[in-house]
Amino acid sequence: MTSTYKVAIVGSGPAGLSAAARAAQLGVAHVLLEKTDHLSDTIFRYQKGKHVMATPSQLVLRSDLDFDAGKREKILDTWNAQAASQNVHVRYRSEVTAITGEKGKFELKLSDGDVVHAETVILAIGTQGNPNLMRCPGGDQPHVEYQLDDPTAILDEHITVVGAGDAGIENALGLAADPEQRNVVTIVNRSPDFSRAKDANVKALTAAAEEGRITILTETSTNRIEADHIVLDTRDGELRIPCNRVIARMGSAPPRGFVESCGIEFSSKDREAFPILSPVFESTAPGIFVIGALAGYPLIKHCMNQGYDVVEFINGNLSLKPADEPILEAKFNKLPGNRSVDDWLELLRTGIEILRDLTPLQMREFTLDSDVRFVRAGEVIFEGGAPGSSLFNVATGSVHVRINPNDPTIVVPIGAGQMFGEVGLISGRKRGATVVAAEDSILMEIPRTAALKLIATVPAVKRAVTRISIERQLLQLFKAGLSPGDIAEVVESAETISVRAGESIISEGDENYDIYVIRVGSMVVERTIGGKPVFLSYLPAGSYVGEMALIEGGRRTATVRAAVKAEVIKLNGDAFRSLLDRNPALLERLKLDMATRKDVNAHIETMKSTFSDVADMYSSVASFLVENGIGEATDVLLIDEKLCVGCDNCEKACADSHDGLSRLNREAGKSYAQLHVPTSCRHCEHPHCMADCPPNAIHRGLDGEVFIDDTCIGCGNCQRACPYGVIRMDKVPPKKPPLLNWLLFGTGPGPGEPSAKWSKKYGDPEAPKKAIKCDMCSGLEGGPSCVRACPTGAAIRISPEQFLSVSQMQKGE
Amino acid sequence: MATPARKTTGKRSGASSHVSFLKYADYRWLKIAVGLSALAILTYALIDVEPRPSGSSWYGYTLGTIGAGLIVWLALLGLRKRTIRPGQWTLKSWVSAHVWLGLSLIVIATLHCAFQFGWNVHTLAYVLMMAVILSGVYGICAYTILPRQLSANRGEMTQAEMLDNLRSIDRQLHDAAQPLNSDLAQIIGASLDDDPFAGNVFARLRNSYPNCPTQLAFAEVSAAARDRSAPGAEDIARAVQILSRKVSALSHIRRHLQIKAQLDVWLYVHVPLTFALVAALFAHVISVFFYW
Ligand SMILES: Cc1cc2nc3c(=O)[nH]c(=O)nc-3n(C[C@H](O)[C@H](O)[C@H](O)COP(=O)(O)OP(=O)(O)OC[C@H]3O[C@@H](n4cnc5c(N)ncnc54)[C@H](O)[C@@H]3O)c2cc1C
Ligand code: HEM
Ligand code: SF4
Ligand code: SF4
Ligand code: SF4
Repeated sequence: MTSTYKVAIVGSGPAGLSAAARAAQLGVAHVLLEKTDHLSDTIFRYQKGKHVMATPSQLVLRSDLDFDAGKREKILDTWNAQAASQNVHVRYRSEVTAITGEKGKFELKLSDGDVVHAETVILAIGTQGNPNLMRCPGGDQPHVEYQLDDPTAILDEHITVVGAGDAGIENALGLAADPEQRNVVTIVNRSPDFSRAKDANVKALTAAAEEGRITILTETSTNRIEADHIVLDTRDGELRIPCNRVIARMGSAPPRGFVESCGIEFSSKDREAFPILSPVFESTAPGIFVIGALAGYPLIKHCMNQGYDVVEFINGNLSLKPADEPILEAKFNKLPGNRSVDDWLELLRTGIEILRDLTPLQMREFTLDSDVRFVRAGEVIFEGGAPGSSLFNVATGSVHVRINPNDPTIVVPIGAGQMFGEVGLISGRKRGATVVAAEDSILMEIPRTAALKLIATVPAVKRAVTRISIERQLLQLFKAGLSPGDIAEVVESAETISVRAGESIISEGDENYDIYVIRVGSMVVERTIGGKPVFLSYLPAGSYVGEMALIEGGRRTATVRAAVKAEVIKLNGDAFRSLLDRNPALLERLKLDMATRKDVNAHIETMKSTFSDVADMYSSVASFLVENGIGEATDVLLIDEKLCVGCDNCEKACADSHDGLSRLNREAGKSYAQLHVPTSCRHCEHPHCMADCPPNAIHRGLDGEVFIDDTCIGCGNCQRACPYGVIRMDKVPPKKPPLLNWLLFGTGPGPGEPSAKWSKKYGDPEAPKKAIKCDMCSGLEGGPSCVRACPTGAAIRISPEQFLSVSQMQKGE
Repeated sequence: MATPARKTTGKRSGASSHVSFLKYADYRWLKIAVGLSALAILTYALIDVEPRPSGSSWYGYTLGTIGAGLIVWLALLGLRKRTIRPGQWTLKSWVSAHVWLGLSLIVIATLHCAFQFGWNVHTLAYVLMMAVILSGVYGICAYTILPRQLSANRGEMTQAEMLDNLRSIDRQLHDAAQPLNSDLAQIIGASLDDDPFAGNVFARLRNSYPNCPTQLAFAEVSAAARDRSAPGAEDIARAVQILSRKVSALSHIRRHLQIKAQLDVWLYVHVPLTFALVAALFAHVISVFFYW
């Protein structure tokens, strides 16, 4: 094979396929290389019958292939038919393992040994990566598989599942679910426990093992695989068991290594980073273009549009406007000044310090995710105490930060080019101060996820944000009329440190006197009394700790440890002491804070000697709550089991106020000392669920609630990411007949969530499943329905500061 | 060792106030109910109604109207509980008022009829009312005592998990019964066929299941296991061990069902009698106005 293609497209997902279709339309000599034996493997592997969504809805589709929301099967059928009719040249089972050469003469090495020659390459391999392979002898046999599509199709086999993460456990359970299948299932785990898997999965697996349906082998690895046996290395020596099929679920390696080996640079070392691209999607390796999920655009529509655009660009059509042009136009329309989209983008980029290094492509992306606003002088941008985690930038004009809540005339100005709101961005906590526009200004508000992506992709932004946020956080925390100049030395000495959950930053008895500011996460303060650790207080993000030793000298009097994964700013004790020497007012303030805390400590110590039981109880309840994620919660539902009569009215109320689906499971969850933490969202400071949502559908709302909006595509990423298992994937049930009809004539399912059977009978079978979770009943007058509907007062919603305070103990409960 | 940086706004303080329905708002409704009853007793003693106190005096009508109004309002709790509309109300405050005002009806209704009883629809209404109230009193006793027991018994298991657990023991039991002789297998079969939800309300309330096939099977198979030299002794021992787990799992879930039933049972008196009461009340009012 010596013919050279004009373009070789690697990966036939929506991005690559759309590129190939454009190339075919333009008559460009092309080849589409696909690893598997079908098109678009990521979508091929969606659950059967999954409803695929076409978001964002405002974005027009620009592709030679059709795509509209609908069933997975229909979409794949359409693409298969259109790829054939448009003469797309696909080469299946052609995994590209290396790309060498340069623009004009690339060589793509395939796994079957063939080489494809091309002038340009489009990389559209998505982010799924490759599963980690079985490396032991015999691992390359055909009965070693890395995926299980339909566990019910496997009958009468001996199967060994290797890897005990969620994927492996779910496969093992699926294979052993029905005894009629007569499968003999063994699951092999290298470590002694199942720390990587979800609690519910581990429980189900242990139960299945107890029933003898599955054999679990821990601390075991595979030695070799034979035709119908597998040999395992266990703690007690070699074990040879019958095995007709091996299912290896040992995670997958992200494609980054392969991409970098092609000479493509990423914007930073961070895991969230993407390849550096020009406005026409060209990577740092000239002639190799990157599009689709790999380029950071995870939605199918984006992928398809980029496939079209990139081929047009390669073909010389450089005047093509991106398909998102109308959306940007609409964004800028509201602003005064009548400029073109490009002018606006340029104005924002040059006007805002942290955006200066962005490429025009990145600029477009961030502007699409962000909100650009014109505010008049005097307009309040946000109030102190309001929740919010977005980052603001002043493009033109200026704003004032009211640092003293009691005196609005004391302000700190923030001028054009600078940012504000970064404290909320980093800590996830409420806004520290009110900000108003000082003059007519244009502001750019970047939502948290986009801002984090920006920080991860542009190292300069990361440095700037860290420095400014430390400085501002200190100013805000210590107030006392400090200016940035005063604290320059302390800021210079500052060091940000990540702390693992449970790790301590200060230990009782230590002799040091640095000060720590909690930036992310939360900490608990404990002291050993009578040989037992006694819980003293809970410190949310935005508190400082450690000044006692500095002011009074002496050893540390308590231990401070992270309740959840946290980040602290360590301030050098000497630098801080000289700051105190220069600022008597600050010293006074610190002394005042210290006096209150000493009272608390003294109180707990007297309690401990007189009512030791009460103090023990308080201490152990506090630890229980912290262990159950209350440390990272902002608002959590608790049930006092001394009052709960089990009527489930809370669940019913929740369902009835939200389209008929309950967002809480009262009975499930952990209990301690008759305090129960039901399975319901804790509205975490840094919601894990938000981390990887393709359409960015998860937000923090005005009341601090974490909620999911209508753009959810039902991919289930958030459900997997939430450590507390509070997100469910379900379809909205049909409307119920009115309550009176049920009361009088018994029609309909009655109050609460209708049974699955009823919903199935009357519901729309085509309705998509979406992610469902508690939204704290935001927008409903009166607040959370679950709490209002509890007849006995057992259900309460609280924030951890409220609960983990000494007043709680004084009540003796 | 430090100071929290910010205070919570307390905007949604209603959601976090942690007191039971009885103590709600510092016993507000208890105070009102006692006041109302005291006022009724005081006026009853002071006002000299001619020829003698009765429901049909102006004073009797006043108390009667209050009483009838209260009954209708108390009955509306059933609706309130099921219409979860947004608004500044909590079911807890409703139940608090319901309980205390409901108790004050004892005084108000008794004074309204001025201790005149007979075999008529009026007294029927009174008796039904007292029955509803009595069941309500049982209700609050149950609501105060039982939740702790329910929680202690349940541990961290949900009802569904308890049933799952039972089902999984049953599957093992099924396998363990295979090698046994047909007599023993049959006895175990009876345990497998048993439905944990079977048995009437009374069995459930008293938690007594005298002919429980699992208990029987456990006894019989244990007896058979005593002969260690019998053929298949190992299989029998295994069945005994599984049966003993089933016995304890069953008693766990039965205790759960018992407490649940004790928490619920009174509503099956309280609510139907409320319907009867409202009907009798209606008849009572009509007969007073049309046939007196
Ligand atoms: C469960 C789930 C549900 C989703 N639901 C939706 C939805 O409803 N709507 C939506 O818009 N988005 C959805 N997404 C996101 C969307 O599916 C992906 O972002 C999108 O498919 C990415 O397209 P792509 O073309 O960049 O890459 P992919 O679709 O991942 O395609 C990459 C292709 O490249 C092939 N390949 C990989 N490496 C090589 C190699 N070395 N050589 C040759 N071929 C290779 C792969 O086999 C694959 O076919 C969902 C994602 C998931 C996981
Ligand atoms: C004539 C007087 C009363 C009437 C008509 C009445 C009626 C009702 C009704 C209709 C309900 C709703 C039950 C449901 O739908 O689940 C109810 C619940 C209840 N009642 Fe009464 N009641 C009366 C008196 C009392 C009294 C005196 C008490 C207590 C001493 C009481 C205690 C309760 C309690 C605790 C509930 C349960 C609330 C819940 O769990 O949701 N009631 N009553
Ligand atoms: S869904 Fe889970 S991760 Fe997300 S905020 Fe709620 S508890 Fe936290
Ligand atoms: S909300 Fe959850 S299910 Fe919906 S798109 Fe986002 S991550 Fe996927
Ligand atoms: S706050 Fe509202 S949405 Fe959340 S669990 Fe309670 S009733 Fe459901």
